[in-house]
Amino acid sequence: MRLEGNAWKFGDNISTDHIAPGRLFHLRSNLEELAKHVLEDADPEFAHRVAPGDFVVGGNNFGLGSSREHAPAIIKMAGVSAVLAKSFARIFFRNAINVGLPVLVCDTDQIAAGHRLAVDLTTGTIYNLTQGIQLSSPPLPDVMIRLLADGGLAAHVAKHGDLMVE
Amino acid sequence: MGLTLAEKILSQRVGHTVKAGQIVIAPVDVALTQDGTGPLAVRQLQKIGLEKVANPDNTILYIDHAAPSPRRELSNDHVLLREFAHKTGCRLSDVGAGVCHQLIAENYGAPGRVIIGADSHTCTAGALAAFATGMGSTDVAMGMALGKTWFRVPESIQVRITGKLPVGVYAKDIILYLIGMLGADGATYKALEFTGDAIATMPMAERLTLSNMAVEAGAKVGLIASDTVTKAYLEEQGRSGDYKPLSADEDAQYQKTMELDVSSLEPILAAPHTVDNTHTVSDLVGTPIDQVFIGSCTNGRLEDLAIVADIMKGGHVAPGVRCIVVPASRQVFVAALQKGYIETLVEAGAIILAPGCGPCVGVHEGILGDGEVSLNTSNRNFQGRLGNPQAFIYLGSPAVAAASALTGVITDPREVLNHAAGR
Repeated sequence: MRLEGNAWKFGDNISTDHIAPGRLFHLRSNLEELAKHVLEDADPEFAHRVAPGDFVVGGNNFGLGSSREHAPAIIKMAGVSAVLAKSFARIFFRNAINVGLPVLVCDTDQIAAGHRLAVDLTTGTIYNLTQGIQLSSPPLPDVMIRLLADGGLAAHVAKHGDLMVE
Repeated sequence: MGLTLAEKILSQRVGHTVKAGQIVIAPVDVALTQDGTGPLAVRQLQKIGLEKVANPDNTILYIDHAAPSPRRELSNDHVLLREFAHKTGCRLSDVGAGVCHQLIAENYGAPGRVIIGADSHTCTAGALAAFATGMGSTDVAMGMALGKTWFRVPESIQVRITGKLPVGVYAKDIILYLIGMLGADGATYKALEFTGDAIATMPMAERLTLSNMAVEAGAKVGLIASDTVTKAYLEEQGRSGDYKPLSADEDAQYQKTMELDVSSLEPILAAPHTVDNTHTVSDLVGTPIDQVFIGSCTNGRLEDLAIVADIMKGGHVAPGVRCIVVPASRQVFVAALQKGYIETLVEAGAIILAPGCGPCVGVHEGILGDGEVSLNTSNRNFQGRLGNPQAFIYLGSPAVAAASALTGVITDPREVLNHAAGR
């Protein structure tokens, strides 16, 4: 599956508080409304200007902090096709797979804001079309590939009636 | 070849030996959500027609983050949680009972248990040798319904903590110092295993503080072997039957071992806006503050309130400073009342709120104004954490918080403690 869009660049340690802050706690049961504020505290313009298919590009430790699954859920709802980062916090990474948001680890120093990117999810190859370079990402663990293929964890359990990942 | 504590717990629960790197499906002994994550968990189960829980007595929906509710949207979320508990027979911990992680320690945490929670600080119960870890709403929802979940068995970092803590220095200072050393992602995907003679003599209240903040270095769990301290704590909670000895093997394989001698450690604070931005108190002394928050799953226990009451007794909160104190649970609150700590704190000008998360998550009960500074005993100082991205948060021990509340600027608690000792 090939994804294409523009890069939105963020720094290191983008927390789930940047993505879905506590002051908007009351919108957690209204994800469409919450998604209008996605990443607001890291870049107030992002939620208004992100186009369907665009990429969120972070540095180290993207998604650290709280376990709120609302964070990857609203990044996906905003139309973002994947998040690329040098590294991810553990819970965010697992949540992203569970909600069906692709997350790829790569050298994001090679990507600047506004760069045109294409991503081949089957090979994990990232093409920086602006720079004419290619980046690679390590493959996801098998268990996560299975969950993504089923459309996330809830869909996996609905399909199999059980957890079938061993 | 021996097993780390993480490998041992998971091996015992899956029924065969498992090692770091393996993917396992493990039974879930305890599952929990809170009011920020529970509604989504409930809706995920409703969406796939799986509105049931495998172990109702060990599945708990806590209401602690927005408690009492400040808005109708959140009140409606609470209604949803109460209805789900009624329908499935699972437990509901309602407004005023306290912070989920404190209540898990008091009521459910025990050596060898697998605990999953839709809250990142679920790792707190690692202090009781439970494999306790935070996950998202969907993971916990499926764990609640199926009674099992999948894990990658984590590699372990052994943290050997030795020496005797100086007066005025606590577990909070140790864990902040360690996070400063490791970095906010220094233990990502790993188990932290705390050992050493400083742990052996450390009371459970302080151990819970250490394990609570393991996630601030990215760790999956923060484990401490069970021992006489664990046994005594469980007995105190009326759960002596839940005790069993559990520790890593002598020849366990660690990814690395860190050594920390705490005998000359100083009070440590995390400065805005990351927990690994740590400094000794002497670097920050004199920084003006507008608010102090004493509480949370990190430092809202009776022992913390004892330290705070000791420092604030006979004094008064500095003019222009709000000092918010939130006992972590009803049990803590009642004991603090009986011991007179609450009276001391109220007389000193502190504001006492109902057991729960208080302002920690930035939902209510102490939102900061633009440019304001708060000193918290909680575990996160991310931008926006206290409800305002234009505000600034420092993290420190209850002693630092109490001493600073009296002066209105960041203050070294050792000065106050020495003064009090000489009184």
